[in-house]
Amino acid sequence: MDFSFSEEQTLLRNTIQSFIQDNYDFDKRREIIQSEEGMSKDNWKQLAELGLLGVPFSENDGGLEFSSVETMIVAEEFGKGLVVEPYIQTVVTCGGFLRRASEAQRQEHLPRLISGDEIWAFAYAEPQGRFNLADIKVSASKSGDDYTLNGDKCVVSAAPWAQKLIVSARTSGDQSDKEGISLFIVDKANDGVSTRDYKTVDGSMASEVSFENVKLNSSSLIGEEGNAHALIELVADETIAALCAEAIGAMSVLNETTVEYCKTRKQFGQPIGKFQVLQHRMVDMFMQYEQSVSMTYMVNLKLEEEDIERSKAASGAKVQICNAAKFIGQSAVQLHGGMGMTDELNVGHYFKRLSMIETQLGNADHHLKKYSLAS
Amino acid sequence: MDLNFTKADQDFRNEVREFIEENFSSEINAGQNIEKYHEVTSDQMKEGILSWHKTLYKKGWIAPHWPVEYGGIDWSITQRYIWDQECANAGTTPLIPFGLTMLGPVIIAFGNDHQKDWVLKGILSGDDWWCQGYSEPGAGSDLASLRTKAERDGDHYVVNGHKIWTTLAQYADWMFCLVRTSNEGKPQEGISFLLIDMNTPGIEVKPIITVDGGHEVNEVFLEDVRVPVENLVGEENMGWTIAKFLLGNERTGIAGVARSKKAIDKLKDIANSELNNGEPLMKDSSFNKKITELEVDLTALEYTELRTLAKESQGQGPGVESSILKIKGTEIQQKISELTLEAIGNYASPYITPLSVRNFGSNYLEVGPEHTQGVSQNYFGMRKTSIYGGSNEIQRNIIAKMVLGL
Repeated sequence: MDFSFSEEQTLLRNTIQSFIQDNYDFDKRREIIQSEEGMSKDNWKQLAELGLLGVPFSENDGGLEFSSVETMIVAEEFGKGLVVEPYIQTVVTCGGFLRRASEAQRQEHLPRLISGDEIWAFAYAEPQGRFNLADIKVSASKSGDDYTLNGDKCVVSAAPWAQKLIVSARTSGDQSDKEGISLFIVDKANDGVSTRDYKTVDGSMASEVSFENVKLNSSSLIGEEGNAHALIELVADETIAALCAEAIGAMSVLNETTVEYCKTRKQFGQPIGKFQVLQHRMVDMFMQYEQSVSMTYMVNLKLEEEDIERSKAASGAKVQICNAAKFIGQSAVQLHGGMGMTDELNVGHYFKRLSMIETQLGNADHHLKKYSLAS
Repeated sequence: MDLNFTKADQDFRNEVREFIEENFSSEINAGQNIEKYHEVTSDQMKEGILSWHKTLYKKGWIAPHWPVEYGGIDWSITQRYIWDQECANAGTTPLIPFGLTMLGPVIIAFGNDHQKDWVLKGILSGDDWWCQGYSEPGAGSDLASLRTKAERDGDHYVVNGHKIWTTLAQYADWMFCLVRTSNEGKPQEGISFLLIDMNTPGIEVKPIITVDGGHEVNEVFLEDVRVPVENLVGEENMGWTIAKFLLGNERTGIAGVARSKKAIDKLKDIANSELNNGEPLMKDSSFNKKITELEVDLTALEYTELRTLAKESQGQGPGVESSILKIKGTEIQQKISELTLEAIGNYASPYITPLSVRNFGSNYLEVGPEHTQGVSQNYFGMRKTSIYGGSNEIQRNIIAKMVLGL
């Protein structure tokens, strides 16, 4: 049993920390998220130059061939910096699909992803589907070798920046069947793809995406037709593992900031951190954080396990992270008093990001049920 | 013991309900549901918020809790409760409390005849918009440590200092303000209560944008602001007594039971239309349980409020019970906003630009179903309720000290 990081892993962490220190202080982040673009193309290029966009891919595909632990480190540090550039969406989620795609697809797409020339987004959610990844109305009907894509996806994170989308669509079966789901690579510039872009609560961007008779040829199909559900579950779990890491990064900053504030803020002639009721609240925040770190390590080390074991690990971790995100976020604002309510302080921004992580790929209720069904 | 309202009370309920139906419309009284808020100017916004106020002023119902001689009505406490309930049920624009609930009773209790005349008139008519100059950067929970000072110079006080969290000061004509007039004795003993014209030279109002993107609170900077001595309320250095009296009034009605009931109804509507595995979310046993627990909690609060009310109508003023109402009321409001956010699933994410003033209108961006609009902002905005008006930690301290004798 060993939970320590290797020298290389620590080096990787240091690299990201200095990237964030140099490029991503709170004021710079504010400029980025308030710009029309909503992200920094320069930062994205730099991440590519540092090799970070290639973390999970094989050396054959031009990547670094690192494990999930390295991805966890990247995501955790990005969580501390509240990075809005779509690393998880592009590298972890879409990259997760692509590294399991055909040789031809990998050769066609990965070089441009790893070099930072293309951003990718995964379009899975639908208005009626809530968190059920199999509740899919978007349809891809086949004629000859081609498919025609129709329907609407909602809240597609990072889609405004993306050139390419990976879309889950129904090629057969009923609306919630696990069978009959297929994955397609869709160029956003294709005829019939339209997007409505908007800013999100956490400073990122998303789109409502509509497909109207979008023509796709069979080379856009990832894996076998109708058999994508298991792969979607797998990549969703990997994404959850990365989101958990991002969350613990954000939680650690909130906890440190809160403790520091309570040590310096004076009321009634003493630092408010001297009041026992606030001390206990901060201790609970700390314990929630530690429990979340444990679950994050656990899930990231179990991603290679059998489907059921992996899925339980991901759902369990997500439940812990959701509960901790809520408790730490709300408590950090409360302990900062009015200051915690301001847009000026970073506290509210971390709270908002954590609140969105709660919802992404299923909230605590959803994963509690999933965990229980898998047990 | 009797849980029923009398026949007279029920008749009264019908009467006020009818009046609200005939006179309130969210379109005319545009404080709520303002679409395209970004096209509304500050003056129009103010007018919208005030239009229901002015309707009630014309009817003579603007200040039911004031003594009749000052423009109030001789409604019983039960009748006032019914009135509040009916307003909440109809979703009327919340009245701005600074003049009506806070300053009015202070002036009636502590003001001189001249102040009673001009201050009360302006509050009733809505011509004077008041804001509250209490908190300072260094004086939040520990309000008595405030440092904004007022020094006597002939017939004037010269005020210098910095107030914060001043709600809707951007619309205010006047501010009632706690200032330090003496550094002798305990901090509480050197505070005075001043009425300050916001148009006086030396006052600067700076917006604070909050996490929900709204602009409701402000900083107010005061530099050599000259305030006529006649604007002192009560005597010099008795401001703390007045402030305590006022905070007691601030907490009355803070439970917000009727409005929370409305919000739970709305939450249920949302949970009935949102789907979860093809079924309404409301049918999901764990979500349903959370809503049900919240309803039971709210019912308990409703009866706690009614018990307080019954005591009050027997002449026992609102005491520390108001701390229970504040804590439970705000916790329930926050929980409702939390479950509503949970209910809308993926549509928690879209963000509407920082132009909305919560409770008073918002700018709708058409992404997702209508019921998802503004839900996230409301969740983040509601976090303030356990901080303002004496944080919930301070309220618990009050109960520990005053009720439990700890």
